[in-house]
Amino acid sequence: MLFFYAGTALLLLFSFIKDRRKSKQALIIAWKRFVRIAPDFILVLILMSLILAFLPNQVIAAILGNGTKWASVIAAALIGSVTLMPGFVAFPLCGILLKQGVSYMVLSAFTTTLMMVGVLTFPVERAYFGTRATLLRNALSLVTALLVAVATGLFFGELG
Amino acid sequence: MKLAAAALFLLFLGVSFIAGFQPGLETGRNFSLFTLDMLKILPCAFILIGLFEVWVKKETVEKHLGEGSLFMGYVWAFILAGTTVGGLYVAFPVSYSLYRKGAKLSVIFTYISASAVFRVPMAVFEASFMGLKFTAIRFLVSLPLILFSSILLGRYLKKRHYRIEDGENSLKKEKNR
Repeated sequence: MLFFYAGTALLLLFSFIKDRRKSKQALIIAWKRFVRIAPDFILVLILMSLILAFLPNQVIAAILGNGTKWASVIAAALIGSVTLMPGFVAFPLCGILLKQGVSYMVLSAFTTTLMMVGVLTFPVERAYFGTRATLLRNALSLVTALLVAVATGLFFGELG
Repeated sequence: MKLAAAALFLLFLGVSFIAGFQPGLETGRNFSLFTLDMLKILPCAFILIGLFEVWVKKETVEKHLGEGSLFMGYVWAFILAGTTVGGLYVAFPVSYSLYRKGAKLSVIFTYISASAVFRVPMAVFEASFMGLKFTAIRFLVSLPLILFSSILLGRYLKKRHYRIEDGENSLKKEKNR
C-alpha cells in the first residue's frame, strides 16, 4: 500500500518536472473522471453496506453448509453474485466456513462469483459499458464461476 | 434518483442511531469502513489514470493491446490485472481509459475479469486462508475460461458495432429523463 502511494507520488513528480501543463491536465482529468462516477460509487457502497448488515455471516454459513451438494453450489453462486464484499472480509469468512465443513467446491463458487459477478456493481459497470455489455459479461462470468467450482470439486475429490 | 437514495439512506442511518436498531448501526459501520477503504485507493488510482491519459500515446496502446496485437495483448491484460490495486471499481475506470486509447474489446474484458480473480496481493491473502491448492486451481481453471469468454464477448459486441460510448450515452439519457 505504501509502495502504491510512493509510486504514484514519484510518477506525479516526474511528470511535473517534465511538463507542468500536461501534469495539471492529468490532475484535471483525474478529478473530472472521479466526480462523474462518484455518485454511482456511493450507490454501490450503500447497497454493499446494507446487504452485509442484513445478511449476517451466520446466515451465509447456514445456507452454504446445508442442503445437497449441488443445491449448495447454486446457492453459493447466487449469494456470491448478489453480495459484494471486500477481500479482507470475504477470505477470512471463507476460512471459517472451510473449518466448519463447507466444501471447497461451494466456497469456490462463492468466492469466484463474489469477485466476478456483480449485481450490486451494476450501476457503475453500466455507466461505463452500457446495459447490454454489462449483462453479457456478468452472465458469462457466472457460467465461468460455476465451471471453476465444478473443477475445484473435481480436484478436491468432492464430486464422487 | 441517486440523490433520493442517498437521502433515504442517511435518514435510515439517523433513525437507526436514535432507535438503536442494530442492523442499521451495523450498516453505518460497514459504510464508513468500506468508504474509508475505497478512499485509500481511489485518489491514487485516478491520478494514475490521469497521468496515463496525458503521457501514453494512443499508438502505443493500439500496438500492444489493439486490433493488431495478437497473443501479447492478452498477456498484458493479465499482467496489468495482476498488479491492479483495489478491485472492479478500479478496473472499470482503467479499462475505460484503455479502450479510449485504442485497446480492443476482448483485451478489455480479459483485463476486467482477470482483475477480479488474479490480483497478486489478493491471491496471497486468499491462499493464506484457503490453501495454495485452492487458489492455484481457481486461477488455472479460470484463466482459459476468462480468455475464451472475453474473446467471445468481444467478437459478439464488435459484430453489433458496439462502442463503449454506448455506456456513456445511457448515462446521459438517464439524466435527461
